[in-house]
Amino acid sequence: MNPSAETLQRQFGSAIRRVTESCDRTIVYVDGDRIREILAWLKDDPGEAYNYLVDITAVEYREAGLPIEVVYELFSLGRKVPLRVKVTLPKDQPLEVDSVVPLWAGADWLEREVYDMFGITFRGHPDLRRILMWETYAEGFPLRKDFPLRGRFSRSEQVRQALNAHPEAHYSLGELGIAESYHELPEDMRERLRRGERGQIAAPKGER
Amino acid sequence: MGVITKPEPSAGRVVSQVSPNWLTTRLDFLVNWARSNSMWPMPFGTACCAIEFMATAASRYDISRFGMERMSFSPRQADVLLCAGRLPFKLAPVIRRIYDQMPQPKWVISMGACASSGGIFDNYSMVQGIDTVVPVDVYVPGCPPRPEGLLYGILLLQKKIRGETLADPAIRIEQTLDERGLRLAPDRIDELSEPFGNSIHQTRSA
Repeated sequence: MNPSAETLQRQFGSAIRRVTESCDRTIVYVDGDRIREILAWLKDDPGEAYNYLVDITAVEYREAGLPIEVVYELFSLGRKVPLRVKVTLPKDQPLEVDSVVPLWAGADWLEREVYDMFGITFRGHPDLRRILMWETYAEGFPLRKDFPLRGRFSRSEQVRQALNAHPEAHYSLGELGIAESYHELPEDMRERLRRGERGQIAAPKGER
Repeated sequence: MGVITKPEPSAGRVVSQVSPNWLTTRLDFLVNWARSNSMWPMPFGTACCAIEFMATAASRYDISRFGMERMSFSPRQADVLLCAGRLPFKLAPVIRRIYDQMPQPKWVISMGACASSGGIFDNYSMVQGIDTVVPVDVYVPGCPPRPEGLLYGILLLQKKIRGETLADPAIRIEQTLDERGLRLAPDRIDELSEPFGNSIHQTRSA
């Protein structure tokens, strides 16, 4: 058992819901409302010094009654100790948790991926939008258990929506590295970049 | 993108009012000889098939024997779009734009099971065969195809080009997307994307 779990229980009391051990890894379940405070303490306390955020991911279990878990994998580079922190989000409440981007800048894309795949909203995230699927993707959140493997739309509708997307609009000007040369771009490209992909896809014309 | 619908070139149709004579057939032979022996590929490598394509291009299998050693990383100077690997829906508009930017005459090779049919990726994110997005001339089976398989596909494409005639205007018509933004009718796309083989019995959680 990782001694950090006991220290956490002394420090935060009832905010630490439960501590378990699995495959020699200590798992700490904490109160979702205090996750940022607890992770900030784990990062900055000199005795803990979990300064590396390895991954953020989420788990939805097959049993419908079980809550969705957000998993934070921490690692102390100095002490060479891992710690897994989990937050449970019941499905009958809004799936929301505080963003940890203020603590680790690298959490930006990790939280975007969890949002994209599970639909969990990270409060305070600077740029919470889809990262793997495109921005106008309308079928839902693919890693949820109620998501059909082949998606919700027919294949032809999926192809239509994909072909009607604007590839440039997946990215911001900064990501494309063309923010400085914006005024030299062709007018139609500037228009697409201004609009982004947030606009509606035109409804199909004709009988279909 | 485009709004004009044009018929696909179909085999067995009367292609010209002028009967082929000695001059046009000799000109066809010359043009097709030049075209088929200098196909510049536009590699669209997305997965492990691209590794086999690189092996095909390297010295042991030596794609330059067929006049294809000049990889064209600009679609403006390419003749053959070679899709090596699975195509996610997010890349579908990208490959369509590359295809639209290539000058006529142009051909497409679909390399591997995933590019040709979706392969093992019968899921929410993958195009079930790139022929629902761009017209395909040669399908190369395999997962991934060995370099010999790809070379055989290239030889088949050369054979196809040698059979073309300049009198057929349909081969030079740009095949644009229709007003729905699709290449094929929706029911044809659904039919092409149907699960097949083992995948009917696997993971039908939908």
